[in-house]
Amino acid sequence: MIPELGNFSLILAFCLASLMVVIPMAGAVTNNQLWMSLCRPLSSGIWVFMILSFACLAYAFLQDDFSVNYVARNSNSLLPDRYKFAAVWGGHEGSLLLWVLILASWSYAVSLFSKNLPLDILARVLSVMGIITVGFLLFMLLTSNPFERTLLNTPLDGVDLNPLLQDFGLIVHPPFLYMGYVGFSVAFAFAIAALLSGRLDAAWARWTRPWTNAAWAFLTVGIALGSWWAYYELGWGGWWFWDPVENVSFMPWLVGTALIHSLAVTEKRGVFKSWTVLLAIAAFSLSLLGAFIVRSGVLTSVHAFAVDPARGMVLLTIMLIVIGASLLLYAIRAPVVKGSASYTLTSREVFLLINNIILVVATAAVLLGTLYPLIHEAIYGEANRVSIGPPYFNTIFVPLMGLLAFVLGVGTFSRWKKTSVSYLKQQLSKILIASLAFGIIIPVVVTSEVNISAIVAVVLALWIVFASAKDIFDKTSNKQNFIKGLKALSLSYYGMQLAHLGMAVTILGICLTSHYSVERDVRLAPGESEIIGDYEFIFEGATLVQGPNYQADRAVIRVLRKGEEYITLEPEKRLYFATGAVQTEAGINVGLFRDLFTALGDERGGGSWVVRIHYKPFVLWIWLGAFLMAFGGILAVMDKRYRSKKTVAQAELVNSANVNSTPKLATET
Amino acid sequence: MNKRVLLLIPGVFFILMIGLLLFGLGRDPNMVPSALVNRPLPEFSLPDLVNTDVVIASQDLTGGGVLIINFWATWCPPCHIEHPYLVEISEREQDLTFIGVNYKDDLEDARLFLEEKGTPFEKVIVDLDGSLGIDFGLAGAPETFIVDSFGMIRYRHVGVINHQIWQETFEPVISRIK
Repeated sequence: MIPELGNFSLILAFCLASLMVVIPMAGAVTNNQLWMSLCRPLSSGIWVFMILSFACLAYAFLQDDFSVNYVARNSNSLLPDRYKFAAVWGGHEGSLLLWVLILASWSYAVSLFSKNLPLDILARVLSVMGIITVGFLLFMLLTSNPFERTLLNTPLDGVDLNPLLQDFGLIVHPPFLYMGYVGFSVAFAFAIAALLSGRLDAAWARWTRPWTNAAWAFLTVGIALGSWWAYYELGWGGWWFWDPVENVSFMPWLVGTALIHSLAVTEKRGVFKSWTVLLAIAAFSLSLLGAFIVRSGVLTSVHAFAVDPARGMVLLTIMLIVIGASLLLYAIRAPVVKGSASYTLTSREVFLLINNIILVVATAAVLLGTLYPLIHEAIYGEANRVSIGPPYFNTIFVPLMGLLAFVLGVGTFSRWKKTSVSYLKQQLSKILIASLAFGIIIPVVVTSEVNISAIVAVVLALWIVFASAKDIFDKTSNKQNFIKGLKALSLSYYGMQLAHLGMAVTILGICLTSHYSVERDVRLAPGESEIIGDYEFIFEGATLVQGPNYQADRAVIRVLRKGEEYITLEPEKRLYFATGAVQTEAGINVGLFRDLFTALGDERGGGSWVVRIHYKPFVLWIWLGAFLMAFGGILAVMDKRYRSKKTVAQAELVNSANVNSTPKLATET
Repeated sequence: MNKRVLLLIPGVFFILMIGLLLFGLGRDPNMVPSALVNRPLPEFSLPDLVNTDVVIASQDLTGGGVLIINFWATWCPPCHIEHPYLVEISEREQDLTFIGVNYKDDLEDARLFLEEKGTPFEKVIVDLDGSLGIDFGLAGAPETFIVDSFGMIRYRHVGVINHQIWQETFEPVISRIK
């Protein structure tokens, strides 16, 4: 009964979503208040039925209802309950259900926090989100229904969840990632609504900003969690592989980052409107591309779900309709006349434009690298397939990010409209000298070797940090005291500084761990040890232990620090009963300045094992930086000015005064 | 009006990409009827992983029985996943010769990888610049080719090998060509 209830809820949600596409939009076109106001109850209705549907699937998992095909394929009676719950999104169908639930949640959130929004804009926004909801619900109901059942010959037990996924990472990584992916649909819907209504103005940018920041923050955390999960779960100490599926989560992030900056220019200065709209469309389009690549199997990847070309076809159709229509609308309605505001070559506008260009070039490079195997094959035929590995991505990506970090520092001091070159020189010269001096001295003194790449990384990170710090001091210097000055700064300013600091931290983490890691794979008999720096790893042997649905060889590795007892690490090598799959669980001691990473290889007779021991300095900073960035994004969302009615009213006043940049007039000129 | 034409660029780019993805859907990356199937093994002579002074040539490999040629690399996550199964199956199928091709990899990492996880391979060929991968029309790693005792490529598999894939696709091909 329960699975049928879930299925029925899905169908009801589909019906309500179809109504949400048609009625509010028709109301907005004919200016019918009642029809427009229906968007609020409709979006809450969709949300309620999606929650109900999701709860039904979760219930089927927790009750081991193996008559539901999806449960039988992705669960097992021995699976611990928390993984049974997470297994709801462990496969294609259920993760799609989560995707639509999150889409419904974002729509509902927009309708809840929309008191300042004109009703016709809200109606259009929710109608656009309704189109996406309808598309994905139809996709789910027709090709990927998670509630399909086998009532005759019901399997006695389930196949089990892929052991790689039986981890805390599965519980948290997909929800965050999807919150980010799908969250960009809000910025997308706002962009479409603005194009449709012809009101592509500062108010539009202001409404879009908090939603974009929120989605971006979620995506940042989602990507970081995925990378962290790969690091400790896959057992070979890597944290990013430029795998197609990692790339498709990274591209919306890069474009989203560009969008955040470009929205700032559009809101404050009323320029770059067409560009901002295009970025808003692109960010969500890349999210859809991600969904397509992961679920259609056009590219081989570790993450790929079960492959079915029919599903790919439906997803491609959804993309064609949603993105194709919005790009067509964009070509027809986007303003082509430059905004009224003027700016010079050294203005903040231009520095943010450079930021945008770098980020978009980086996205294009990642997109090209990801799709290159397909492009090459399309041109040269099947016999000529090529593969692009990390070398390509690193060669292109690392210099671009270095350039971005440099521009970030300069941009911090730039002013809107015009910054005098002498002012910039005066502001930057001290910071440049300081970051060069500390950036060269610190790594050389600490490691007593000269590693150019590491030095460049430290210099760039310090450059960002010093620039931010100086800016904060400058901004507080005219107040009575420092604390008062700090209090006067806005939350979104702190958000920006925190996110930039996060970028510096991540740069340091990535570069230092890449250049200074020590990696040893050694064969150790019980009692033997391996020494890395101050640490001595003593292998005490491995024993067989029983888990709930696996058995494992668990090694005990005592670690001495400068000869004194420090910690004990217990890496495992697990054999899962249901699938027969072998899975390593790394034993990691996490530290702020270094991780000690151990993983268990193969047994080599006489109780000796191959043990992988890594000393990874600053690896935690990669994810720490990402969390700082996300936290910065959240601070910016919480800034009061996005919620005050007065400022929105003011913004509208500005817009009505700023008529020469509205699209209708623009097309006439 | 001229400037408006520029706004069409994203749309055109998008349509091209959709075309490419449509092309991608039309083929199944996991079961590729490679143009190389039923062709002889491409000729090559490349260094041996264990001792890079030793050169392995294509003619050294053929003629002895059925070859299983597996392209792998340490930077390739799926290769780590399939490796234990390769070790297991190579121990069980003693009359097959497993040849590894280490693809665009760091040689020291590759040696440590095999040292740690055991090697299923009789020999490992080093394909540092990916030229052999191009000759084989590689889509990515891992890929595995079945070569018969006459040196003809008989089957190509893209992606991870596990127990099910081995039973359902490799065993029928191997028993047919033996």
